[in-house]
Parts: sequence; C-alpha cells; structure tokens
Amino acid sequence: MANIMIRQNGAGGLVFYLPKRDLEASIESIEFDTPEKWGGELKLDNGGSYYIDPVARPARLPISVRARRLGAAED
Amino acid sequence: MAALTREATEALIAEVLEVYPEKARKDRAKHLMINDKTLESSKKCITSNRKSLPGVMTMRGCAYAGSKGVVWGPIKDMISISHGPIGCGQYARAGRRNYYVGTTGVDAFCEINFTSDFQEKDIVFGGDKKLAKLIDEIEMLFPLNKGISVQSECPIGLIGDDIEAVAKKAAATIGKPVVPVRCEGFRGVSQSLGHHIANDSVRDWILSNRDGQAFETTPYDVAILGDYNIGGDAWASRILLEQMGLRVVAQWSGDGTLAEMENTPKVKLNLLHCYRSMNYISRHMEEKYGIPWLEYNFFGPTKIAESLRKIASFFDDKIKEGAERVIAQHKEMMDAVIAKYRPRLEGKKVMLYVGGLRPRHVVGAYEDLGMEVVGTGYEFAHNDDYDRTIKDMGDATLIYDDVTGYEFEEFVKACKPDLIGSGIKEKYVFHKMGVPFRQLHSWDYSGPYHGVDGFAIFARDMDMTLNNPCWSKLTPPWVKNNEAALKQAA
Repeated sequence: MANIMIRQNGAGGLVFYLPKRDLEASIESIEFDTPEKWGGELKLDNGGSYYIDPVARPARLPISVRARRLGAAED
Repeated sequence: MAALTREATEALIAEVLEVYPEKARKDRAKHLMINDKTLESSKKCITSNRKSLPGVMTMRGCAYAGSKGVVWGPIKDMISISHGPIGCGQYARAGRRNYYVGTTGVDAFCEINFTSDFQEKDIVFGGDKKLAKLIDEIEMLFPLNKGISVQSECPIGLIGDDIEAVAKKAAATIGKPVVPVRCEGFRGVSQSLGHHIANDSVRDWILSNRDGQAFETTPYDVAILGDYNIGGDAWASRILLEQMGLRVVAQWSGDGTLAEMENTPKVKLNLLHCYRSMNYISRHMEEKYGIPWLEYNFFGPTKIAESLRKIASFFDDKIKEGAERVIAQHKEMMDAVIAKYRPRLEGKKVMLYVGGLRPRHVVGAYEDLGMEVVGTGYEFAHNDDYDRTIKDMGDATLIYDDVTGYEFEEFVKACKPDLIGSGIKEKYVFHKMGVPFRQLHSWDYSGPYHGVDGFAIFARDMDMTLNNPCWSKLTPPWVKNNEAALKQAA
C-alpha cells in the first residue's frame, strides 16, 4: 500500500502522483467514475496500474488516498 | 558547425560509452538520450534519479545539501544548525549567494555557520545534550531569531540521536518553532531527496502554524516558491509581479522569513519557479488549502511575456491589463539589450549541465540572444523534469542525466560548443581546455539573471565570457608538450 495523490491537470485529465518515489504519471483510465462510486483500478500512461478503494467522488481534487499496486511499471 | 544530426549524435554516444565495462555501459546508456520533440513522455528514453555508478565522477550533492543548502538555508530570520561534524556546515556556508536584507548576526543569519561541531565523544555518548545546550546558547546570543531548524548530518542518523525529542522540548522552552530535519547526507541518491525532506518538514512544522489566525488578504495575493534569490533573482522577479498589480506575500525561501512562510496558506496562487525543489509543498498546499500552483519562467523576454500572461490568466482583467502594461513597458529596454548583444552572440552554441530548473529554463534566454543550446542535462532531475525539457530543447540535441566527468568532456570535444554553463567542479577543467565557461549554479558571482533586469545582466555576462580575448591565448599543457615534441623530432 502506498499513499498517492490524484490531481487534475490544466487540460482536465487526472494525474497520479506517488510522493514516496516522486513518480508523476497521467491516469489513462479509471474503473469507476460516477458521483457515488469513484475509484477502482487506475491505468497509468507509463504502463503501471494501481487500485484504490471506490468511494464517493471527492468534491475537490487533489486528494490523497491509499493505493495498492497491481502492475508495476518499473522505470 | 551546425548541430549534430541524429545519426551523428547516436554515433557519438556509442563512441563515448565504448570505454566502459559492459555493465557500466549498459547502465549509462539509459541516462543519455537524443531529444525528439514529438515525445510526450521521457520515460522510455531516459532513466533518472538513480544511484550514480561507483568509479565515475559525478557532480551530485547529498540530502543535507538539498535541505540546508537549498531550502532551509536562505530563510533569513531562522537559524539553521548544521548538527554534526563541522565540515558540512562550513563548506555549505553562504556559498550559494542567497542575498537578503537584514543585519547579519542580529536579525538575519544566513551567512553564519551554526554547528554542533561533533567530536568523538559525541559519537560515542550521543549528541542530544550538546544540541539542547547549543539551542540555549543560540537563544541567549541571538535573541532576535524567529526559529531554529536542526539539519542533521550523516552521523546523527547513524548513531540514532533523537533530535525530535530535543527539538520539541526546546521549542516549548524558548516558545519558537524548532524544526528537526532528518536530512542525513546518505539518504537518497542526490540532493533531490533533501529537497523533499525539507519540504516535508516545512509542511509538518511550519505551514499550519497560523491556521485560523486573522490575516488581511487581497484578491491578488501570490507567493513566489522556489526562488532562492541567488544574486538577487527573487527581487528581480518580484518587481515584475508587483508592477502588474499582484501582492507578493511570501518568498520561498530566498530573502524569505518564517512569518512569510506561515502566511503562505492564505494566498490565492502559488508561483513555482524551481519545480524540482518545491513542487512537494505546492502539491500539499493545493490539496490542503486549495491553492492552485503554476510553473513559470522568468529567463529572457519571450519566456517572461509568456509567463506573465499565464500568471495573469488566473486573475481578473485588472491584472491581465497589468501584465500587458508590464510587457510593453519593458519592451524597449529588452529590445535594446537584444540589439546590442545579439550580433555578438548570434549562432553560438551552448552546452549546459546544471541542476534544478536551469537546464530547461535558460534555454529561452539563450534563444532570445540567437544562441542555440546543443546539449543539456540535470544532476538530480526526475522523469517529470525531463518530460518538461523535451519541449524546450531542439530536435536531435543531446540530453544527459547525471553525466560523468569523462562523458561531459568527450561530449564537449565532439560538439565543440562556444560556451558551457555548469558548476564549479567543471569550471576549471573546461577553462584549461580553452572553452568559455559560465558557472551557472550561482551565476558566477554575478546576477540576478531572472526577470527584466536580470536579462540585461545575463546577456552582458554571456558576451563578456564568450567574446573574451583570453580564450585564444590558452594552450593546454598536453598540446604544448606535443608541439615541443614535434619540434624536437623535426
């Protein structure tokens, strides 16, 4: 489990940030994206994927959440 | 000579890497790339933020350098104690020329080396008592200090001193913030982790100190983050922002104070100059206080205009007009600078190897002067820095990460730049090779280089270095010996 931060970039896309490793990547897809259920598997543009527990969509980004690594994208 | 083609650059990299043993060659090859502007991400082309190879010459610093030297050191009314043996503090003292207004030793302390001067007995019995005593002494001798930070050197982590406990106790006694910073030099692969640790300690010990307290705000409050006022840089930037109608609440951390940092959560926008060393705290403030942050670049008129407009887009029409006014107001002066120096510098080639933000940010300023940057690289960047660099650099230019002394020399021999911008460790090597060189870490004892005023100085310095008649008079000793040998043979 790792703490990650999800924020919005200028273009409106989601950006994934892993402070521990200074890893920044844009999120290509998010499994659930409805107001009640938001989260699930995150696919990153660097090939990695992480899982966050689905929650209600946060009112404001950025948000720090705990994430589990599914597929590593070793850089 | 025109810039190298892609094939020629590839061949050059292969040739340079040839001397390494196979394993080292494979590793180093990942740190060198040829720029391709079409790329979105640097990920597949360059590896960064990795441990330097043993046996090669690296120019990196340590976590202590990143924390004490870069982030904490320039805060003028706080005292940064170099906790550990005396050398680290002494050699990190005032070398970065972070200017400030204040009376040194009375209400400003950047240039003084405060250290616990560890001896053998402190290693054996622990240094906590000494630290507590030191803080008491500081409080007695320098009562106008606003706070103290304890910057750990390597032995503190190795012997397991509990500086947090000492700091907490001391803070309660003296009634000022005492911040323990765990920035032991052995942490991480370069100074970059030191920046991160320093940011985290600011977040944990400083940032929320004034939450809930009244503060008179305006809709135009901004903070300058990541400008260390080297040679007066932050002042040159601040002037422009104030001219366009913004109110600069805080400077992090060049000529900055503790109060400014504590007030930063009240601003409307964080302006981030050095992304590498302060993005952490910007991200935190964005999450906790909802303050957006924006990267800007105040090197050279093109980038200044671009940045001012970008900053203004966050505010109302008054500021937008202000930005246009500021750009127009300085246009004549900027054009005069370019008219004077461009003919003398046009077409010259530059190679850079610096840290932080400069390898990409100064490219615009060189281009304004008609110069071309043919190679650039960072000491301690991460992949997100390279993502940003790809856009700023020309196609087929060299990009090198944590370049070794040998590689850099070979690249210079092949690319034959007219000017090199790098640090003090490289300076004399290239001087002896007869290549004009500027020390771009602290502007070679000049500056400021940011902003409108800075650009005039930047252009003058580049001209002064490049067109100095001394370069053609230099013959390196090995060439001299060759000539003598040839004469003898003949």
